[in-house]
Amino acid sequence: MDLTYTPEQQAFRAEVRAWLEAHGPSEPLEHYDATREGFEAHRTWEKTLKSGDWGMVTWPKEYGGRGLDLIQWLIFEEEYARAGAPGRVSQNGIFLLGPTLIEFGTHEQKQRFLPKMASGEEIWAQAWSEPQAGSDLAGVRATCVQDGDDYILSGHKIWSSRAVFADWAFGLFRTPGTERHKGLSLIFFPLNAPGVTVNAIKKINGHVGFAEIFLENVRVPAFNRLGDEGQGWHICMATAGFERGLMLRSPARYQVAARKLAQLWEANKETADPALEADVVRAHMNADAYALNIYQTASRLMAGAKIGPEASTNKIFWSELDIHLTQTALAILGPTAELTQEASAAGPVDWIDDYIFALAGPIYAGSNEIQRNIIAERMLGLPR
Amino acid sequence: MDFTLNDEQLMFAETARGLFADSCTPDHWRKMMEAGVARDDARWASIVETGLTLVLLPESAGGIGLSETDFALIAREAGYVALPEPLVESAGVAAPMLAALAPDHALLADTMATIAIAHPLNPFVAHADSAAAILLEKDGEAYLATPDQVTLTAQPSIDPFRRLFSVTWDAANATALGKADWDLALDRAALFNAAMGLGLAQRSVDLAVEYAKERQQFGKPIGSYQAVKHHLATAQVAIEFAKPVVAAAAAEISARDVQARARISHAKLVALEAADTAARASIQVHGAMGYSWEVDVHLFLKRALALSQSWGTPAFHRARIATRIFTQPMGPDQTFARETENA
Repeated sequence: MDLTYTPEQQAFRAEVRAWLEAHGPSEPLEHYDATREGFEAHRTWEKTLKSGDWGMVTWPKEYGGRGLDLIQWLIFEEEYARAGAPGRVSQNGIFLLGPTLIEFGTHEQKQRFLPKMASGEEIWAQAWSEPQAGSDLAGVRATCVQDGDDYILSGHKIWSSRAVFADWAFGLFRTPGTERHKGLSLIFFPLNAPGVTVNAIKKINGHVGFAEIFLENVRVPAFNRLGDEGQGWHICMATAGFERGLMLRSPARYQVAARKLAQLWEANKETADPALEADVVRAHMNADAYALNIYQTASRLMAGAKIGPEASTNKIFWSELDIHLTQTALAILGPTAELTQEASAAGPVDWIDDYIFALAGPIYAGSNEIQRNIIAERMLGLPR
Repeated sequence: MDFTLNDEQLMFAETARGLFADSCTPDHWRKMMEAGVARDDARWASIVETGLTLVLLPESAGGIGLSETDFALIAREAGYVALPEPLVESAGVAAPMLAALAPDHALLADTMATIAIAHPLNPFVAHADSAAAILLEKDGEAYLATPDQVTLTAQPSIDPFRRLFSVTWDAANATALGKADWDLALDRAALFNAAMGLGLAQRSVDLAVEYAKERQQFGKPIGSYQAVKHHLATAQVAIEFAKPVVAAAAAEISARDVQARARISHAKLVALEAADTAARASIQVHGAMGYSWEVDVHLFLKRALALSQSWGTPAFHRARIATRIFTQPMGPDQTFARETENA
């Protein structure tokens, strides 16, 4: 147990900080889900990041990374959030598919997909859910039929984040005649391939952040299958572990938000409900606890442990803390909370947008109800 | 940066767990409650023999001189069995304080003795009657007196194993020990209460899991129903996010700065909230059985309640965190920052 940074880690922090100060965008970019221009501005930023070799620091050098450890990744994320650098438009790729590819992919697949993922040249969407397969993901009906060295993909995917403007998707497909968890494969397809139709779905904030995807006899090489045919469920669960447990929501963003909330409180405490100070304190505690939990998880993984069902506790915790934090901000703002334009002394944070975004947290990446089932069954051993 | 425990630390906790599992079972609690006692001399002797009371005592006072991290792991195991004896207050708080004031004091060599502590923050003194001596505070100075040198008035607690007393005393009948570090005593007590809270919480969940696997309704174990599962999952989430806070608070206690104090307060708040959430979920999952004296869950509920309000109320600890928030830099680079670095 040593909760101090080594001189090397401190030097790394300084290096990240200096680079972001020199290269970070001077103005906030338009949101990547709002318009094509916003999306492409974020892609350009990803390329800038890659020019500094910051695309995905934990990946091996040969695949576009820096070969750094998880503590360095946390430091990078802290500095990134601290600098207010743009959201990662490539997050589905770099945080979810990337680690899974590193674990299950062949050398050729890693060479083909990872460097372009890290550079923003190819931006990825996730294509798992279907109209009839949401929480019950094993109900996937979209099919993959092998034809020589190719697969023919057909079906209907939905709620695919970033799919409107992204380049590639990683989807879950069924070998015809198979049932439930057996017979699923994880296969990549280009979103501009013949037979692919993408229809945008507007979110409650008005952005086209997700989409439905229709696949009609879409031909892709069998090279695009990750792992063996029928191994898809197993691989997806590993991806979900990263998604829920470690990478998707780094603690730094909540620590930044907790700091902004404390500033909001200080600016408004003369007029706001005094009882809200306890919530401001609680928001800091939650963000701090989440950070400590992730540091502990990172230390354990570096000592050789694997992510297990405790990933589900993380997903519940960050999604709920985010709602509590943003709701506290709205309560402090009072009658101006509903305004969509900056109209108070609140500083540069658009709390209402953050709140609306937070409401998605308990739904995506596996609903919190499903996470509680996983905790009860796999951590506590209760019967199914 | 390494947030893992070493093998030696895990081994000590394992020893404590084994000892308590054998010597502090529901049968033991029942017998003690019937007899109206809060101390089992045989169990205390085995605790002493294993060296658990020496962990935090410096080597100069005949102890092992380990750290708060080590003792917190033991406190957690004590919480898991709702240990009646004052291991935490005596060996984790009072004895180290006495050792700092008088390392050669004869009491420290008396292995079977427990020491009680009357901290100015607490209205009552726990286990004052069975203690060999009581540490008392006046104007920041510490005094030592035996129970018969003071007047003890019993203040019965809902927790059958917490014997509380008001103490009236006269400095003329006590031994003056000089200026003492009452803040350190508070920090240690709050930290170890938090660690006990983790144990209390996990036991409440484990008892409910055991019951929900067996108890059948509508032809199935009740643990297969989502409403039951979700109660216990929620409690487990609270435990999982209190654990690293307790671990960090223990590792950083010696920094003695605003951040360290805030983290101890954070640990105490969330660990005992987890204990409360878990105990109430456990009672609910047990149904009417959970409300009965016969089922053991109420011991964990009562201990959680008692520890939540002693050694600083939730409001006291929230205020210490607020001080950290409003006087020190916040943000993602501040998780492990120290007051001196930011000065």
